[in-house]
Amino acid sequence: MFKKTLLFAALALAAATSFAAETIKIGSVLSVSGPAAFLGDPELKTLQLYVEKINAAGGVLGRKLELVHYDDGSDAAKANSFTKRLLESDKVNVLIGGTTTGATMAMAPLVERAKVPFISLAGAVVVIDPVKKWVFKTPHTDRMAAEKVFEDMKKRGISKVGLLSETSGFGASGRKETQAVAARYGITLVADETYGPKDTDTTAQLTRIKNAPGLQAVFVFGLGQGPAIVTKNYGQLGMAKVPMYQSHGVASNEYLKLSGKAAEGVRLPTPALLIANALPASDAQKAIVTSYDKAYRDRYKDEPSTFGGYALDALNLSVDAIRRAGSTDGEKVRAALETTKGFVGTTGVFNMSPKDHMGLDLSAFRMVEVKNGDWQLLK
Amino acid sequence: MLAQFLQFLYSGMTVGSAYALAALGFTIIYNTSGVINFAQGEFIMLGGMLAALLSAGGMPLPLAIIIAVLITGAVGLVMEKAVIEPARDAQVVTLIIITIGASLTIRGLVQVWLGKGTHALAPFSGDAPINFLGASLLPQSLWVLGVTLLIVGALAWFFGRTLLGKAMLATSNNRLAAQLVGIDTRRVLLLSFGLAALLGAVGGILVAPITYTSYDAGIMLGLKGFVAAVLGGLGGGVGAVVGGLILGIAESMTAGYISSSYKDAVPFVLILLILFFMPRGLFGAKISERV
Repeated sequence: MFKKTLLFAALALAAATSFAAETIKIGSVLSVSGPAAFLGDPELKTLQLYVEKINAAGGVLGRKLELVHYDDGSDAAKANSFTKRLLESDKVNVLIGGTTTGATMAMAPLVERAKVPFISLAGAVVVIDPVKKWVFKTPHTDRMAAEKVFEDMKKRGISKVGLLSETSGFGASGRKETQAVAARYGITLVADETYGPKDTDTTAQLTRIKNAPGLQAVFVFGLGQGPAIVTKNYGQLGMAKVPMYQSHGVASNEYLKLSGKAAEGVRLPTPALLIANALPASDAQKAIVTSYDKAYRDRYKDEPSTFGGYALDALNLSVDAIRRAGSTDGEKVRAALETTKGFVGTTGVFNMSPKDHMGLDLSAFRMVEVKNGDWQLLK
Repeated sequence: MLAQFLQFLYSGMTVGSAYALAALGFTIIYNTSGVINFAQGEFIMLGGMLAALLSAGGMPLPLAIIIAVLITGAVGLVMEKAVIEPARDAQVVTLIIITIGASLTIRGLVQVWLGKGTHALAPFSGDAPINFLGASLLPQSLWVLGVTLLIVGALAWFFGRTLLGKAMLATSNNRLAAQLVGIDTRRVLLLSFGLAALLGAVGGILVAPITYTSYDAGIMLGLKGFVAAVLGGLGGGVGAVVGGLILGIAESMTAGYISSSYKDAVPFVLILLILFFMPRGLFGAKISERV
């Protein structure tokens, strides 16, 4: 009898402590407003949606997740001060964010000092190269996009390429990486032109590229509406015979809608999410991308973007690391993150190591071609 | 060689006529009040956005265009009533700053209500390019150029031949004197904002099939339109159009013959040169100030 009472008391105590257990604090600084809002907005929505889902399913280590969020308004200086607040007064366990490379680099020194695991959602290589002990990232790099494109060009026997890049941060970094890896694939850049993110006509640049000697293909590195204008001008100048490649920056259905018929035959590297329904059932990522696609559509009546996918991967990676570490101790979670192996996310399959804090390889990108106004997966 | 030159020229004319349309809006309000209305770019954006969304929602294009123009015109009137009129006795600089505030407000509201996405509007007469001497031009560019010229003609007639137009010019020359001869100067200012908003909307709708449109499309067009207006002397319609075309063609020639990296420096170099050597613009009136 006494034994039973004791057991009951112990159980009650356990229940009570787990009930009152502190939440696991996930801090985030994202660019939900300002010029980078189209990236930050789906990122925040995804975090909110999935923190709710994880809590409804019982939380992590018997504790609930709590999202502490600040909007940096696409301003790197604000990202820095909000990070200070998250680290010093909110005392978060894990930090997700830095929508842009600028914000991430402003946040990185702080998390290094505070020793809190930090997963960035920014694209550029500089975030993880050189490796910083506490900084990880989920998006592919622009260098990988260039490599994937050159791989496909090589298969088609293309070696003389005209480059047209945007003067935005994304395009400028893409241009640099493209130039850096071209030689490795035996590619010569016969033209190197740029356009502004808000330019309304690019026929002058395209005419120059068209007249470059030996031109076999054109590679456009940009984001948003610019590449759609380039695509339309391309058709206007009758350049459709020259294959056009775009970067992952246009991997959204908006690009198809804006450029219409002119986009036929355009090839680009994209994360699996964009072609969720076209993936074969045997694909490792099929399950995660279709479930994310559905969950996001159900909740927000909007199409999910690869940017939201980066945030989902960051959240799931941290939850996975906390579970494996069995605690929220910073160093243990960091070590668990670093040893992530075969983790299937929306962006790709992550295999982290002390030397690689992104853990993706070229298989994370799929080459697609626009056919009949839709994406078609290339084998 | 000729084909290449013509291609650069067409490209410049397409972009330039968009700048010209924006510049026309600036000159109308400047003509009646001496105010540079920095919300002009927002009128352009509103016209394009509304037309794109209405026609995407299934409305026939002509009807969508008319409604978009009318709504934008109403926004111009409301803006004048709500923020300019209460401060009409303030200095011109104050009014200019108020227009910047109004432009931020309009842009913010559109961002929240209509979303951050980019939208396309169908071209008025197809998108098969017209080939001429080896260079190609989109039919929509001809629409933009044609309508711009039409508007310039209409404005010249309005300001030169109608009583209302003359009243507006009189108000800009001397508000007190205009009041003394019986002109309702308050109504004139209101009208000029409505008219500028209407024009902006027409411009935004015309260029939307070429440039696409989004909540922040007005920033760049507004800025370049302002440069074009200053270039043309901030007075008449002809100056605005010539200023816009010069700017557009200079940009595309720079991109074509020098390097696309220097293209965006062109407007700023031009405006510096103009301000240094011809402070009244290419077509500005020579005014002698009495001391």
